[in-house]
Amino acid sequence: MILRVLGKIGPNALAPLIAGAVAIVVSSIALLLSGHSPTEAFGTMWRVLDSTESLVLILNRGAWYYVAGVAVAIGFKMGLFNIGADGQYRLGALFAAYFGAKADLPAVLHVPYIVAIAVLVGAAWAAIPGILKVTRGVNEVISTIMLNFVAIGLTAWLLNTYFRTTGGSLTAETRTIPASGRIPSLNSVVEALGFNFGRGVVLQGYVVVAMLVGVGYYILLFRSRYGFELRVSGVNPSAARASGVNPKRMILVTIMLSGAVAGLIGMGPLLSDAQYYRYGDQFPLTLGLAGLSLALLGRNNPVGIALAAIVWAAIERGTQPLSIIGIPQEIGVILQGSFLLSAVIVFEVFSRRAQEQAIRDAAARAAPHTIGAPA
Amino acid sequence: MTDTTTERAVAIELRDIVKRFPGVVANDGVNVTVRAGSIHAIIGENGAGKSTLMKTLYGAHRPDEGKVIVNGAEQHFRSPRDAIAVGIGMVFQHFQLADNFTVWENIVLGDEPGTPWNLRRGIAIRQLRDLGKRYGLEVDPNAFVGDLGVGQKQRVEILKVLYRGARIIILDEPTAVLVPQEVEELFASLRELTTSGATAIFISHKLDEVLRFADAITVIRAGKTVGEVPDPSQVDARRLAEMMVGSELPSPETRESTVTTDVALEVAGLTVNAEGGGRALLDDISFTIHRGEVVGIAGVEGNGQTELVQAMLGLIDATTDKIELFGDDITNSSTRERRAGGLGYIPEDRQRDGMVLPFPLWENAVLGHQSHEPFGDGRWIDKAASVERTELIVKNFDVRTPSVFVPALTLSGGNQQKLIVGREMTTDPKVLVAAHPTRGIDVGAQAAIWDVIKDARAAGLGVLLISADLEELIGLSDTLHVMYRGRLVATLDPSDITPQVLGSYMTGAGAPE
Repeated sequence: MILRVLGKIGPNALAPLIAGAVAIVVSSIALLLSGHSPTEAFGTMWRVLDSTESLVLILNRGAWYYVAGVAVAIGFKMGLFNIGADGQYRLGALFAAYFGAKADLPAVLHVPYIVAIAVLVGAAWAAIPGILKVTRGVNEVISTIMLNFVAIGLTAWLLNTYFRTTGGSLTAETRTIPASGRIPSLNSVVEALGFNFGRGVVLQGYVVVAMLVGVGYYILLFRSRYGFELRVSGVNPSAARASGVNPKRMILVTIMLSGAVAGLIGMGPLLSDAQYYRYGDQFPLTLGLAGLSLALLGRNNPVGIALAAIVWAAIERGTQPLSIIGIPQEIGVILQGSFLLSAVIVFEVFSRRAQEQAIRDAAARAAPHTIGAPA
Repeated sequence: MTDTTTERAVAIELRDIVKRFPGVVANDGVNVTVRAGSIHAIIGENGAGKSTLMKTLYGAHRPDEGKVIVNGAEQHFRSPRDAIAVGIGMVFQHFQLADNFTVWENIVLGDEPGTPWNLRRGIAIRQLRDLGKRYGLEVDPNAFVGDLGVGQKQRVEILKVLYRGARIIILDEPTAVLVPQEVEELFASLRELTTSGATAIFISHKLDEVLRFADAITVIRAGKTVGEVPDPSQVDARRLAEMMVGSELPSPETRESTVTTDVALEVAGLTVNAEGGGRALLDDISFTIHRGEVVGIAGVEGNGQTELVQAMLGLIDATTDKIELFGDDITNSSTRERRAGGLGYIPEDRQRDGMVLPFPLWENAVLGHQSHEPFGDGRWIDKAASVERTELIVKNFDVRTPSVFVPALTLSGGNQQKLIVGREMTTDPKVLVAAHPTRGIDVGAQAAIWDVIKDARAAGLGVLLISADLEELIGLSDTLHVMYRGRLVATLDPSDITPQVLGSYMTGAGAPE
């Protein structure tokens, strides 16, 4: 009964609210069980989040997550599980970092050059599970997970043996990308608009890259023939074949496209975050894994993934200072996990109800006089 | 015979059954009286409310009004479990069997003898053999269901309900998938059952078999009982048809030959080998379709028709000497090239191969034609033009829908099929491959689709028609090939053949003496 009333208000707006409430209840229970005060924890989180600096940091981190989510979602759209985004962007970032630092190019060419390397390497690495699947029937879940481990070993070896800088650093890392190869920050744009973030707060230019990825994803999905065939293949592979789609080609193209976008993930830290500008020990390495959760949470929808990425980044930002007041930061993982799980369930319940309702509505409108059971 | 029938006790009485769905009244005061020990037919067009009524009777849903009286006691079924408890069982049109289970496993599934720790296989098999012998429903209990033919699978379904103690058996269009000889066997078994005191109710719209086999007939039209025939010898097919439709029956018959001498499609030496060896699924098939000609393929399902369609579309690997479409060699072309080259396709399973149910109608109208005008330029999809084209299809082919933006799953089967037919015909195909184009849709939609095929044929379209509806095959085809075990075994002239003769060819027996 309650579900029916809520379902009418609009599942897309409501499901995240319900999921959020469930997540807060679950993590509150976890906090209470471990002897901490939920009100204190959530109060602290709220105070941290309620600032311009937090907003900017959430956007910066959310942009990375967003690209990861889209990379995974492309595969999901046709039922292809690319668990290998981590390996794909790790290798892409390493090659891009090495060759990008070596190149001496004007900025207009330097950035595209580095990005192109990352994208090509990501696509090439993703082609391996694609080829294995279409020629040998190897399940891509298994092969991409395994290739992630191969990528860990491969990047470590390449970095240590060939790509490390000969400069004074003790740890293995590539040379720093010169200024011409970096994506400029958006601070000057924001200041031109009359805002000021305050000292040390930088809105990364990569946010624009993420937006472009989102627009591109939307156009690809809903305007192009490839996107149409991708969506058909995901819902009804048999009909896709009958309509002329070559399933093997489709699998290969899609997993490579997913890998290409995955290659872009590493460009956030590499080209847009002053903390990095190089590939080394500190380089963030599990963004692709978050992409899986975000594609799921955002239902593979360009806007949905964006909202999910922002929530993800906000939870991460909000829980950062908790350890200072003695509350384990891992409560953030519990929040994310319970949010994801309940959102998926609530969405599923809502969409089933919406579908049943659509059938009844259409039957009622199309055939007010016809007698016969609705199919 | 009439006397004994009327003297028997009433097994089932459905009184003033009303069942509403939002926006539709599926049953609007239906009355049916079924006597114990009889074979009772319920006939009516698709959409007349037969299935809804049967669902009420076996407990799949509850009626909004009216009474269900079984053996004199009123019943309020909450689920099929309640119905089976008083001895009512349902045999579905679409078999609900697990192919990779054996016959006995399928039958006991959900009602296993013995304890949860000890499945009594021996008892189950003995019971099945007894049941089979008693009613002429013999099936090897240890055979895998996937290896059985359609008629045998149906026996398994009937045994399943008998095993659960059903004494009143409902069969939903049991003969839809059978050849004439299997139909005879089925009704012989049902007769055995009813002689032993059981009751059989079957849904049908095939008037000849109803007249031959039923002890009593109830006719339903537009959700109401319009006729009760306690003695079928008092009526003929014409009278029944009038009651069913309320007007004259449509006919698939084409008037005059439009066959030309121009070759539209030529197939030579088409062979499809079975995976892992064994008898070839298609063995050296050759035929020609001319402009303006409908070439029908008759055959019991599973004799290679599905593979023939798939091979024509390039969906499965085949070794072929030649396939030429209007002189163009398409032997090694991809599915996309074949369809773009003018091969229209109406798949046998529209929901599996012809539609994407959650997608809106307009996207379903694009499906299969996404590479060319007006739907797009091969790279992009032109939404505005696609929507416009879909609206045209909806209008010209009478697809009943509130808009082209609703998901395809909201349409009835007949309207989905009209959309598919409209989609294929408005892109001006040169040759149409039509597999069961009117399966499972109502008489109105069926007549409309027949008209479309006839008109296109007159305009020079070549058609490859595969159908299980023998009247449709005989009525529409200019040439008939009979397919048996992957080969074309006979070529017949549809103008002087009856369904009975055709059925005899289909079983591989050749011409009847």
